[in-house]
Amino acid sequence: MKYTLKVNEVVRSIDVSADTPLLWVLRDVLDVKGPKFGCGVGLCGACTVHLDGVSVRACSTPVSAVGASAITTIEGIHKSALGRKLQAAWMDLDVAQCGYCQAGQIMSATALLARNPRPTDADIDAAMSGNICRCYTYLRIRAAIKQAAGLPTSDTREVA
Amino acid sequence: MMFDYDQTDLKVDASRRLFLKASAAAGGGLLLSFALPITVKAATGKNGTGGYELNSYILISSNGEITILAKIPEIGQGVKTMLPMLIAEELDVTWESVRVEFSPVDTERYGRQTAGGSMATPINWDPLRRVGAAGRQMMLTAAARQWNCSASDCRTEAGRVYGPKGKIADYGKLAATAVTLPAPDPAKVPLKDPKDYRIIGKRITGIDNQEIVTGKPLFGIDITRPGMLYAVYQKCPVFGGKAVSANLDAIRREPGVRHAFIVAGGDDPGSLLSGVAVAADTWWAAQSARRKLQIKWDEGPAASQSSAGFAGMAEELSGRPPQLVLRKDGDAKKAMEQAARVVEASYSYPFLSHATLEPQNCTAEVKDGKVEIWAPTQNPQGGQALVAKLLGIDTADVTVHMTRAGGGFGRRLRNDVMAEAVWIAKTIGAPVKLLWDRTDDIQHDFYRPAGFHHFKAGIDGNGKITAFTDHFISFGKNGNFVDSAGLGFAGAVSEFPSGFVDNLSFTASLIPLEVPTGPLRAPQSNGLAFAFQGFIDELAHAAGRDPLTYRLELLQPPRKFRDIPIPAFGLTLFGFDSRRMTDVLKHVQKKSGWGKRKLSAGTGLGVAFYYSHLGYFAEVMQVTVAATGELRVDKVWVAADIGSQIINPSNAENQVQGAVLDGISQALGQAVTLNDGHVIQRNFDDYPLLRIQQAPPVEVYFLKTDYPPTGLGEPALPPAVPALVNAVFAATGKRIRSLPIDTAELKSA
Repeated sequence: MKYTLKVNEVVRSIDVSADTPLLWVLRDVLDVKGPKFGCGVGLCGACTVHLDGVSVRACSTPVSAVGASAITTIEGIHKSALGRKLQAAWMDLDVAQCGYCQAGQIMSATALLARNPRPTDADIDAAMSGNICRCYTYLRIRAAIKQAAGLPTSDTREVA
Repeated sequence: MMFDYDQTDLKVDASRRLFLKASAAAGGGLLLSFALPITVKAATGKNGTGGYELNSYILISSNGEITILAKIPEIGQGVKTMLPMLIAEELDVTWESVRVEFSPVDTERYGRQTAGGSMATPINWDPLRRVGAAGRQMMLTAAARQWNCSASDCRTEAGRVYGPKGKIADYGKLAATAVTLPAPDPAKVPLKDPKDYRIIGKRITGIDNQEIVTGKPLFGIDITRPGMLYAVYQKCPVFGGKAVSANLDAIRREPGVRHAFIVAGGDDPGSLLSGVAVAADTWWAAQSARRKLQIKWDEGPAASQSSAGFAGMAEELSGRPPQLVLRKDGDAKKAMEQAARVVEASYSYPFLSHATLEPQNCTAEVKDGKVEIWAPTQNPQGGQALVAKLLGIDTADVTVHMTRAGGGFGRRLRNDVMAEAVWIAKTIGAPVKLLWDRTDDIQHDFYRPAGFHHFKAGIDGNGKITAFTDHFISFGKNGNFVDSAGLGFAGAVSEFPSGFVDNLSFTASLIPLEVPTGPLRAPQSNGLAFAFQGFIDELAHAAGRDPLTYRLELLQPPRKFRDIPIPAFGLTLFGFDSRRMTDVLKHVQKKSGWGKRKLSAGTGLGVAFYYSHLGYFAEVMQVTVAATGELRVDKVWVAADIGSQIINPSNAENQVQGAVLDGISQALGQAVTLNDGHVIQRNFDDYPLLRIQQAPPVEVYFLKTDYPPTGLGEPALPPAVPALVNAVFAATGKRIRSLPIDTAELKSA
C-alpha cells in the first residue's frame, strides 16, 4: 500500500503493507532511528512519537491508522520551544544513563507540558508511567520536566 | 571521524615496565599510545603485577583538537565519559576541548575491554591519569625545546604551555615537535595534587547527552549497512531444544522474505543454538513471517525442569546432609546447643532476567573469510573470539565495532546474538541485522540463578550471635555451582557474618540445571544480600534490639579481612574492613533520622548494609503499607564509601539512585518462572520493571576516605532489597522471606 506521511514537517511517500507499525516505517523505511524498539506492544514507551502533538506508541500504531496526522519524532522535537527546553533540561541535569529510553521519555514529557504547563508530581506520574527507564533515571526525569516547566526541581514527595 | 593508527605503537617489554611511544598519526597529529602494565594500587598502595592491562590513546591535532579514546563499552555506567576525564585532567586540557570516541576492539593494543564487575574505576584510576600526565610532560618538553629553556621553567594550563617572558603555545602548535621526542616513562611522571583538579570531581555531564536527546543513531539497533537484510531467529522455547523441521517453503512465500532455514547449532547457549532463521527486506516482514512458522522441535532434557520442581527439590535437600562444606569455623552444632535462643528461617529468591531495554541485536557482514560486526556488547573481545571459533577463522579476521548499548547489567557479557547474526550473514551471503523481540530476550537469557537459604543461628542472653549456619540450596553439578551462583569469590567465602561469629558453617547442596545462568548486576550479592541481611534483621528482633544498633554491634570488634590478589585484573580486591562499614552505617543512621523519625501506623524504616565490588553501602528505606497490602516506598537514604575521590559526582549519584531503584524493582515484582523447561514470562506485563510513580526519592551521601576510588555500577544494588523487606517488617510485622514480595500477604486481617 502507498502512503504519504508527514514526518517532522517533511512529506514522505512509502509503499508498505497496511499492518506495518509506524515504528518500523520510521526506522527501517525512512531511516528515522530516534524512536526505539523495546517491547513491541506498547508497554515500555521507547517508541513514543507524536501524532498531531499527541503521544502514541509507534510500535503498536499501524501505518494505516496515521492518516494525515503530522508525525513528530525526537529528531523533530527541537522545532517546538517546549521540546528545546526539555532537551536542554535533560542535558543540564544529566538524566541519561544508557540513554535508550530517553527519546521516548522526552516525547511524553513534551506532550505533557504542552497540555499542562505546570504539572504536579501526580500529573508527571500519570503522563510518564507508560515510559520505562531500565536504568531507573526516574528521579532526574521528574526533575528535568519540572526544570523545563520553570518549577522547583527539588523532590518534595517525601512524607513526614 | 575515526583516525588511523600506527600499527607499531604498542610496545611492552619483558620487565613489564610501562612504555609510552609517540608517533605521527595519519592526518598530522600527535598520537600518544600506551601499553600500561598493571600499576593499579587499588588495595595495598603498591604496584601490582601482571601482564599489560590497559591502553589509551590521545590525539592532539595540529589545530588543537583533542580526541580521547574510550576503550570500554558504554552500557549506561558512564565509562565513556569517566575514563577520558582521567586522561584529560592530567593532560591539563579543558573538558570542552575534548572529543571522545570509542577505541577499536583490539586485545593486543588495549588489554581488557570488558564492561563488568564495576572494575573500570579501580583498574584504570592510576594508569589513565598517567596516560594524561605523560602527554602533558611531552607538551612541556616540546615547548621548552622551541623556546630554548628548561621544561621546569614552563607550566601548563587548559591546553597551553606557558613559558618564560610571557611565552604561550597551544598544545596543537607543539604537537609536531612533540612527536619527535622520546616519550617519558608514565610511571615516573608527576600527577596532580587532587586539590588542583579541574575535571575530576566536577559534575561532568554525559559525553553523548546531546546525541541522546536529539535521537542520533548511537545504538547497535540503529546500525545499517548497504544491502543489509533484517533477520529474526526463532529458538526452541525449551532450552537447548533442536529444530527438526519447519514449514520453510510457506515462510519463503511470505511478503518480503528472502531466506528461511534451519540452523543445526550446537550445545553451548553462549554460542549458536539450534533454531530457524528468517531474513527479509524489513524487520517487520521477517517478524510477521515468523509468526506463521510451524516448527517441530526435539525439546531435550530441559523439558522436565520447572520452578515448582526446583522448590520441591530444595525443600527435600534442605532436610538432607549438605553436599558441600564451603566454610566451617569452630563448632556451630555445639554452640547452637548452648545458645540462649535459636532462630531458624528459610529464604528464597527467583531466577531473574536482565531485561535490557534495547533487545539483543547484532549486525554482521561476512565477506572473503573476514567478518565485520557491530554490536551493543559488554564484552567485544569475547565476541571476537566466539565468532572466530564458530567460523574456524583467526580472531584477526573478526572486526568488532562497539556501539553504545541500551543497558547491559551483565546480559551483554554473552555474545550469543553475535554468533547467530554471523551465522545467518554467512549463510545468506549478505549483511544482516539480527534483532530479537522482547519475548526472545526474556526467554533466552542467562538468568540470575534462583537460590534457597536455610539459616539457623544461636544467640546468647545479650543477643550476640554465638552460632550461625546456612545450608544454601543452589544449582550445579559435581560440586560446582552454575555460573553466577555461589557463596564467595576467588576462593574466599567471607559473606557477613562470617569472620565475626566464632562458630559458623556455610554448606551447600546443588540441583542440576539445564537453564543458562549468568551475571546480573552485582552477581551473587543481589540474592545473598536479601537473604543474609533479612535474617540478620530477624536476629536483631529476636534479641529485642534496634536493627541498626544491632548491626553496629555485630561489626565489633573491628576487623579487616585479608586482601585477595586478582592477577588477571591486575589488582587486589581489598578484604572487608568493618570500620568502613561502621562509618557508612552511622552516617545513614544520622541522615535518615533513624530512631528519631515520627512514623505513622503502617509506616516503617528498614536498614541493610552490604560490601560488594569494593564498595561499602548502608541503606535505609521507609515504606508505607496500606490495609489493602499496597506497598509504597516513601524514601531511601544511602551512605557509601568508595574511596578518596568521586570522579564524576553527577554520574555517581545517578548510578546509585538507579541501582537502588533496580533493587526495589526486583523485590516488588520480578521473577522468571520455568515451566516444562521454558520461561513463561513474555514481556513487561508479566516481567514488570519499576515505573516512575513507584520511584521514591533517593538521597545519596559519599564518605570520603583515604582509599583508592572504586566502582559504582553494582554495589548500591544489593542492600536495597533487604532494606526494603526489613522496612516492610517494621511497618507490618510481616517478614518477607521469599521474593518477589507478594502484597496479598501484607493485607491487614
